[in-house]
Amino acid sequence: MTFNEFVGLSPVITLGVLVMLQMIAIAVKRHHLFMMLMTVAGLLATLAALQYSTQVLPLDITPLLHANNLSVLFTMLFIFIAVCTCFFSYHYLHDRHGDLEEFYILLVTAVLGATTMAHAVHFASMLLGLEILAISLYTLIAYPEEHHAPLEAALKYLVLSGVASTTAIFGMALVYLAVGEMSFAAIGTAMTGVNAPGFYLIAGNSMLLVGLVFKLSLIPFHMWTPDVYEGAPAPVTGLVASLSKAAVIAVLLNYFVATDILSNSSIFRLLSFLAAGSMVIGNLLALLQDNIKRLLAYSSIAHIGYLLIALLALYQSTNMLLAVEASVVYITGYVFMTLAAFGVITALSRGSTSERHEEVQSIKEYEGLFWRKPLLATVLSISFFSLAGIPLTIGFVAKFYVLAAGIEAQLWMLLWALIIGSSIGIYYYLRIIYAMTLHPDQMSTLSTSADAKGFAQSTPAIVTVVVVALLVLVYGVFPMPLINLVQSALAGM
Amino acid sequence: MLLTLILCLLCGGFIAWLVGLFKPDMARWVSLVVLSLAGFLVADIWLGGLLPNGVIEGQAGLWYNIVNLTWIPRFGISLLLAVDGLSLMLIALTVFLGIVAVVSSWSQVDYRHGFFQFNILWTLAGVVGVFSALDLFLFFVFWEVMLIPMYFLIAIWGHEDRAYASMKFFLFTQVSGLLLLVSILVLAFVHYDSSGVLSFSYFDLLNTSMSSDLAFWLMLGFFVAFVVKLPGVPLHTWLPDAHTQAPTAGSVILAGILLKTGAYGLIRFVVPLFPEAAMEFRWPAMLLGAISVVYGGYLAYAQTDFKRLVAYSSISHMGFVLLGVFAWNAIALQGAVMQMVAHGFSTAALFMLAGALQERLHTRDLDQMGGIWMQAPRMGAVALFFIVASLGMPGLGNFVGEFMVLIGIFSVDVPLTVAAALGLVVAAVYGLSLMQRAFQGQRKVEGDVADFGARELSVMLVMMLALVYLGVYPQPLFDMAAPVVQHLLGGAAL
Repeated sequence: MTFNEFVGLSPVITLGVLVMLQMIAIAVKRHHLFMMLMTVAGLLATLAALQYSTQVLPLDITPLLHANNLSVLFTMLFIFIAVCTCFFSYHYLHDRHGDLEEFYILLVTAVLGATTMAHAVHFASMLLGLEILAISLYTLIAYPEEHHAPLEAALKYLVLSGVASTTAIFGMALVYLAVGEMSFAAIGTAMTGVNAPGFYLIAGNSMLLVGLVFKLSLIPFHMWTPDVYEGAPAPVTGLVASLSKAAVIAVLLNYFVATDILSNSSIFRLLSFLAAGSMVIGNLLALLQDNIKRLLAYSSIAHIGYLLIALLALYQSTNMLLAVEASVVYITGYVFMTLAAFGVITALSRGSTSERHEEVQSIKEYEGLFWRKPLLATVLSISFFSLAGIPLTIGFVAKFYVLAAGIEAQLWMLLWALIIGSSIGIYYYLRIIYAMTLHPDQMSTLSTSADAKGFAQSTPAIVTVVVVALLVLVYGVFPMPLINLVQSALAGM
Repeated sequence: MLLTLILCLLCGGFIAWLVGLFKPDMARWVSLVVLSLAGFLVADIWLGGLLPNGVIEGQAGLWYNIVNLTWIPRFGISLLLAVDGLSLMLIALTVFLGIVAVVSSWSQVDYRHGFFQFNILWTLAGVVGVFSALDLFLFFVFWEVMLIPMYFLIAIWGHEDRAYASMKFFLFTQVSGLLLLVSILVLAFVHYDSSGVLSFSYFDLLNTSMSSDLAFWLMLGFFVAFVVKLPGVPLHTWLPDAHTQAPTAGSVILAGILLKTGAYGLIRFVVPLFPEAAMEFRWPAMLLGAISVVYGGYLAYAQTDFKRLVAYSSISHMGFVLLGVFAWNAIALQGAVMQMVAHGFSTAALFMLAGALQERLHTRDLDQMGGIWMQAPRMGAVALFFIVASLGMPGLGNFVGEFMVLIGIFSVDVPLTVAAALGLVVAAVYGLSLMQRAFQGQRKVEGDVADFGARELSVMLVMMLALVYLGVYPQPLFDMAAPVVQHLLGGAAL
């Protein structure tokens, strides 16, 4: 490795060093606040390393990784998620007796996995990143290990995700059988070569995509999502909903752009069906939910369906720039609004100790929230209006981008699915906002008992959700800084 | 100036909210001050605007007070605001009815005063934006911005069935809004393909060349969004619920102004952007208009709920607008514009009356009213005036509007004219029966019914004068709308 490669890799190295420092700190003395602050400082140092690394980009680092401005942008997004999660988790975990410092190690390893995925241009690094991320998440989900729900969720995620990984690995093997190479570039050459891609190449790619799509929880690979979202501790649910989705989108973008497999009609059709199904069925199933975490699970299924329109627009190379730009803007917007929603759920919940594991999950518990907790209710409404794609929020900018990409690529059927899906979506987002506006005398007893449960004293969590909500609004009204950022990241492509 | 006007309303909303947190009773005063300020700004534009200070080159029609700031250059989106005669008169109507709304709900809001005024001011800001935006993206943003505060008005301060009504209102307008958004985007990209410039500016998109099939579909997307708002049968079902359940201020704004945004959209966007496609579609559109006139009136007669009755009558009256726009001649179009303004006044007054009655009697059920004239003669007289206005009495604004629409379509299609004229007859039936059931006949309400005070009376008086003025001397309004009408008919092959 040359010096330049070290510079390009410095963010990943910083994360690795951070993990070791965290372990040493635990070995010396356990202290929750110190650990949290150290993690945040380490993540900020990674941000500095990212800035430092941009001077040598774009750069191939070994055959496995490739760093460019886009991977830098994704890494920044991951770090943002992780910093928010630190602040959300602090009070949520604080009353726990026993080991809680390891939570932050797992958080950093999850970011490490995601960062690897954003840099991956080879099956080996893709799989490595995927597994580092997934294993960190299993453990994080099961972190309140004394309680039934998180354990069940973790086990479900472990088993199903294991199956998905195996499918993906088998797909990789088939592709290797057909091409004899595992780097994305070589697969791209084989796909677009003189000979039509053979059966093994298509079958392998399909299996690989099924494995990845499982992590994105597109229908029909969504069964795990509502249970895991419900069972996992709220800050971790936010992490599953934002970090793991964004990481898979990052690696899919790398793969699609390098290999151009979407120009193959079978693959294109497969993904179109998954996207259309997710948009329509995801939204329909969300209608039936009375638990806000399950509702957000189905809503995330639908949103990844929308996002897939932008990805599918990659099938013509003429659309590439707008399509990639739309995907990145969409995932960024989605991360912001999801974090705001789960941040509020976390801030309202009393958190997890060995004796209790209490979260404000039922929609009934949100009744009249506007009058009880105006600030948090406003943040949650902003997040939900954004998820519904109402103007002046980042969700609208994101939806606008997806529509633009879809229209330029003329994906009419998918656009109809989007219109139908988001029409249904408005109903359930509004249902929660309506519940929050209910008069105090109409609220059910559950919502008063929610007050007893909630502590909402977590200043870091509250400040963080307010900041995230402001970002949702500011980028919704003035999206140019975000657009410029994404465009400059794509300038080299 | 336009930007100042919109910002004034938006910031005023925040101030009212903040003031309401500390001194609930002061919030409505803040609203009133902000709206008066907005009124001065409109008057300033009006007086200054009569001398055109900015004409966009190569465009027919005179545009005043152009604001053009870059917003999202990535997509060629700019903050492009301007008014012409039509939009200026609608903006003036908006600000005036805003004051009416605040006054009418002066004592009816019992909690969260600040947030209530915030929602009113933000709805009005959205409507002013809709009437002045000439960038299609910006137009869509304002189109949605006026919805959310209106949703909150219905959902928080509405009557018994507000959950259902507010949800229905939001769903109808949102879903049709999505169609509008997709149509706008497709239009912009078609323009991009043919010219190489991505732009959402109204002036750039005006002469986009496209296949007639595509133009038809895009026109339909715009048409559906606007007809839902208008509302035209069969997309009208949200309206009776929303109007009935909304608090008085909400009903006044909904009926007085929000419905006009649909009509405005038809005149400003559907016809000029897709002249051939709209021309092709004029028969179905006029048929829908005639059906709305008759069916709305017929349903209005069957109601026992005061507000519901007025709501259905709105459907009937707005049917005339649909007829007028698609009759495709100057008289009918002028009539449609007149109808928009006159209906704004008369319906706002009727809803204010309904709100006042509900505040006093705690019911909207006509079967429980009767003989109120005896207890509240001033209220009765005011009601008689506006009911007679809305059923089309000569000498008042509504008559001029409906009559001109009828003359206009007479030269196009006689059977449709006959059918629409039936609407006037039906209007007399439901209007007079409303008057009788509520104000005449047996006294059914025990005790005193407080009559209108000076506050309510003064607002009503202004609206009466406006209607009489429009009815006796409508020429200034026609002059204001004339350039728009000429442009519209000149741009379309007749």
